[in-house]
Formats: sequence, structure tokens, C-alpha cells
Amino acid sequence: MNTMVKHTFRTERCKGCGLCVSACSKHLLAISKETINKSGHYVAYMTNQEACTGCCNCALMCPDCVIRIEKE
Amino acid sequence: MSQKVLMKGNEAIAEAAIIAGCRHYFGYPITPQTEIAAYMAKRMPKIGGTFLQAESEIAAINMVYGAASAGVRAMTSSSSPGISLKQEGISYIAGAELPAVIVNSQRAGPGLGGIQPGQSDYFQAVKGGGHGDYHLIVLTPASVQEMAELTVKAFDLADKYRMPVMLLTDGTIGQMMEPVSLDLKVESAVEKPWATTGTEMKREHNIITSLSLVPAELEQWNLDRYAKYAHIEENETLWEEYMTEDADVVVVAFGIAARVSKNAVNAARAEGIKVGLIRPITVWPFPNKPLAALAAKGVSMVCVELSMGQMIEDVKLATECKVPVSLCKRVGGIIPTPNEILEAIRAAKGGNEA
Amino acid sequence: MIVFDKPRSLADVSTSYCPGCTHGIIHRLVAEAIDELGIEGNTIGIAPVGCSVMAYNFFTCDMIEAAHGRAPAVATGVKRARPDKIVFSYQGDGDLASIGTAEIVHAAARNENITVIFVNNAIYGMTGGQMAPTSLPGQITQTSPYGRDPKHCGYPVKVCEMLSQLEGPEYLQRVTVNSPKHVNQAKKAILKAFRNQIEGKGFSLVEVISACPTNWGLRPDEALRWIDDNMIPYYPLGVYKDRSEKKEEQA
Repeated sequence: MNTMVKHTFRTERCKGCGLCVSACSKHLLAISKETINKSGHYVAYMTNQEACTGCCNCALMCPDCVIRIEKE
Repeated sequence: MSQKVLMKGNEAIAEAAIIAGCRHYFGYPITPQTEIAAYMAKRMPKIGGTFLQAESEIAAINMVYGAASAGVRAMTSSSSPGISLKQEGISYIAGAELPAVIVNSQRAGPGLGGIQPGQSDYFQAVKGGGHGDYHLIVLTPASVQEMAELTVKAFDLADKYRMPVMLLTDGTIGQMMEPVSLDLKVESAVEKPWATTGTEMKREHNIITSLSLVPAELEQWNLDRYAKYAHIEENETLWEEYMTEDADVVVVAFGIAARVSKNAVNAARAEGIKVGLIRPITVWPFPNKPLAALAAKGVSMVCVELSMGQMIEDVKLATECKVPVSLCKRVGGIIPTPNEILEAIRAAKGGNEA
Repeated sequence: MIVFDKPRSLADVSTSYCPGCTHGIIHRLVAEAIDELGIEGNTIGIAPVGCSVMAYNFFTCDMIEAAHGRAPAVATGVKRARPDKIVFSYQGDGDLASIGTAEIVHAAARNENITVIFVNNAIYGMTGGQMAPTSLPGQITQTSPYGRDPKHCGYPVKVCEMLSQLEGPEYLQRVTVNSPKHVNQAKKAILKAFRNQIEGKGFSLVEVISACPTNWGLRPDEALRWIDDNMIPYYPLGVYKDRSEKKEEQA
């Protein structure tokens, strides 16, 4: 529905804590089971960008400023 | 000749600090140095400076840490028990390489001790005092005039070397009134590009810290600091020599003990004893060279101290125990009399002849 | 258009905090406030001893590392030396409410014109989870292995309540960051605490109830719920003092 929202993950900062995952009321984020960053953390990613409403709750709750959000 | 004013030693320190450009004083009341705080409380508001009575000695030294970080000339003063409380802050100031001036108007200890003069904080002053490897430059005035002159010097040295400088004095000189010339020479201000004064978005941020979790880095910081100390030992050691040229016996004493010792030396000379005086003006760095030179000539030493014998250890190190070194001491707030010192000189002279 | 990004005055480095530790959120809120007020070049921050000891690496403004508990005294020294600069201290509960109690009480009593960010997570994190002055009754820690027993070691210190008894301070508020709504409230409080200083109003402290999943032994999301269930009932959120609000009411 909202194709205008874009998430960019600074994955090198991600610690895989999952606070973004639990902050998303639409359950659109997840912690990867494959991608590990240089610090050894499984990193967060967006599972369905199109479904995102752009509420920014994920970024608000991220302790590590991993997520940048753009809207057109 | 410049005009002289009659001042207490503690007041001379305060006024000299202001002349040196100090506009930030943080302290906590304790006898026998409270005149410094009282003087600052009166003067600072009139010259746009800050006098602030802190909630504790610990807070006061940390306010100095903050003001010094912000690049201004800052000082605190206290007396022995209060200086013990400041040691944490002094260690941080030394570790973060900040310039600061700390006055210790010593009283007799340990613990609460008494309020009469002492010199038993010598070890604490010259060996660091807090935790970790560091030194302070330690200046020991023996007159009210020197209180003023060495206070200015303390600020200049602190800025020049980015380190804490202590004025190690005692209750007697602090309370003593003497005529002072306040025509004091202050070195021109040192640039402080390291200070935390706000980046103004023109430079990378400055960080004031003593923390490093990387052992190799922390080791290097210590090595660098000790290279600086070696330079200071070479260039900033101060002492007074009095009638040492032909002396068989030399009295070593600083501060109030040196004043009394000078009288005893004069009395001994009148008796025909060839005696002189070495008065360290910096006790760190310690005047090792003149003492070693005298020891090489076989001169006996008499240390006069208001402690159970602390500086005597540095005298023995300086002379490498090549000559007899005796101790003439009083503690508990008592100053040795010229006669007691004269007796010690006679005994040292007798020892030489035996 | 970028609607959310790392604030400029938060350094582009990974922090030393554990996964899910909300220190990171609080850092971001401080940096956002600094950015929004345009004061980065004018600000000097004081880091404490505790988990946020390395905070001096995480902000791009000038920073000073203070001895344990002494940040308010250091901040006082900086502010008195440079009254035109913005000075903040960032302190944890052990730092501010235990070893540094005298320093915070007297900085507040003097209405020292500084901003204090007080992070209360009811535990000593850096040393591995010992009982803090703010640990809750019954809370199990390394040094209260049978649960904090108030009969043995007393009750937690409620900092906002305690300081609100003083005439001095301008502004005291307790917030938390365990939900997006609470994060937004915390942001407003922190912004106000800085704005108060710019306006010369005086001592402003924001206590932020923060999560320590590692030492609480909880998953990060569970730790956020633990704040709701255990911390907030003991440490109610709200404004404990706001002198300017009082003035407005009177007017």
C-alpha cells in the first residue's frame, strides 16, 4: 500500500537486539538467520517494505541508530 | 624598588593567584588556610571572577578539573585532611594532563591531627599522593614574599607542562605577616588548543580523559608523561644554598623548618662550625645534584623536618648514603627551636671528627 | 526525504553498549536535542564512570570524562569557567545516586545552570550487575543474590522525589524509553532540559528509566516490559518540579 517508504539499515551498527522487530505493529521486521556483521551480530532487515506505513517506531526504538527512513 | 604591603602568607597566595590571572577558585573551609578562601570570596566578585564554596574537598577539586578542562587558570586550597580527600581528583588531573594549582597549608597529622603546622604530607606531595604513576611539581615557600612569587610560578609551570602544581606550605607561613612586593612577573599566557571550550564546528571534538582500555596506549601515556617529568627534573629544580662553600656539615630543610635552620646555621657559624644550608624550593623535582656534589666532598647532612623523617629519605637517595645523614625533628605541630637544630649540627660536626 | 536518521552530533561509531541496552536510545535523544537546538559547537558534555564511561567517544561535541560520581562538580567547573557554553552531564544510577549523591544534591541546590541526563536502570551494569542505590526491593543482583532486602540494605533512592524537596532546581522530570510513545515523551523532556539552560533558567535533570537486559537476565523486549511491570510502579513517571510552569500558572 505504501511504496513510498524506504528503510536503509546501517548493518555494521546493528547488534541484533530485536527491539525494532518488537516495535513494529505490522511485524514487518526480522533478525536475519544468515547475515552476520563484522561484530558478529545477526542483523535486522525489512521483510516487506511495501507494507510499511512509515510510522518510524522501529527506528525510534533502535538503540544503535541502524535504521534510516526516507519517504517520497 | 617596588612598594611593599604587609600581608599574611595566605593572603599573599590569594592575591598572587589573581595577579597570575586565576579567576576561578573552588574551596572548602579548613584551618589553617581559610584566609585564602575568605580573600577570594571578597575579591573575585569584584574582578569578574568566580569564588565558589564547594560541598566538599572532593567536589572542589573536581570543579578545578572542570574549569581547567575549559582552559582557565583554576585553583583550590586546603590543609592536610582536606588534601587527602582531593587525592582522587589530583590523580585524575595528572592522568588527564590538566594544569591546576593546589595549595596545601599543612597541619600536623595523621587523621584529624591538630591545627598547628606540620610537614608530614611530604611523602604524599612528592610521591604522587593518589593512585597511579604521576608527580606534581611541588613548591615550598619559606617566606610571605615567596608565597606570592611561587604562586605565580605554580600557575606558569602548570600551564607550561599541563600538570598539577602544589604549593606545599604550612600553617605558620600562612598566618605569618611580612612585607611583600606584589610586583610579580607572570609568563605570557599559553595557548590551550586541547581545552574543551566547544568545537564551534571548526575542529574535531576535544576529549579530556585519563581512561584507556588499551594497555599499550596507556603504557605509552605513562612513558610520555615520565619523559616530561625527566625534562622538568633537568630544567625546573630550584633550591637555595647558604654558606655551603666551605661547609663540613649542611642542614637540609624546606619551608618553615628552613627559616629556623638558618638561625641555627648562623649560631653554629658564630661558634666556628663550618655549616651551611640547602633549602629545596622544589621538593619535586628534588635538588639531587647539589646534595650529591656535597656528598662527594664528604659533607655530613642534617635534615630538619616537622615530620618523623620523610624528606630525609630523598636526601639519603640523593647522597647515595655516602655520608652520615641525621634527623632533627619535631611533630604534633611543634617547630624545632634553633637550639635543638644547633645541637644536631654540633652532633653532626662531632660525628665528622670522630 | 529523510524522515529518520542518526543525528549529526552522535558520532558515527558503534557504541560499547550491550544489545538491547537503551543507553543507545537515550544517547540518540540527547544528540537529537543538541542538533535541533543547533548547539553542537557550543556544548561540552561530561561522561561518568559506569557503562556510559566511553560516552565521550559517542558524541561529537567536546567531552570530558569525570571521576565516579563527580560529573556535576566537573560540570560546575566548566559552566563557571564558560558560562556562555552549554554543559551537560550524563550519569548512571551508581554514579549519580550512590557515590555522587553529594555532588548532584549540591549542584541542584545551587541551581547550577546545567543539564543532567540521569540513566536509572537499577543496577551496576559495567561491573557486572551488582545492587544499585536504585535496585528495587526484592531485586536479585550479584550482590543481593537473595533479593534486595530493605531491612538489611535499605530502600532505593528516588532521585527526582528527593531533589524536588530542594528550593534550587528548575526542572526535574522522570521519563522512560520502553515504547515509541515514551521515547517521544523522553525526547521532549530532554529538549526542555537543554532549552532551560540556554534560557538561563538553571538546573534541569531528566531521569530516564532504562533497560539493562544483560544484567536483568531478560531478552531485550522482555526488559522493556519489566520496566512497565516493575520499575514504573516504584518510580512513577512525570514532572517532579518545573518552576517555569508554576510561574506561568501564577501569571
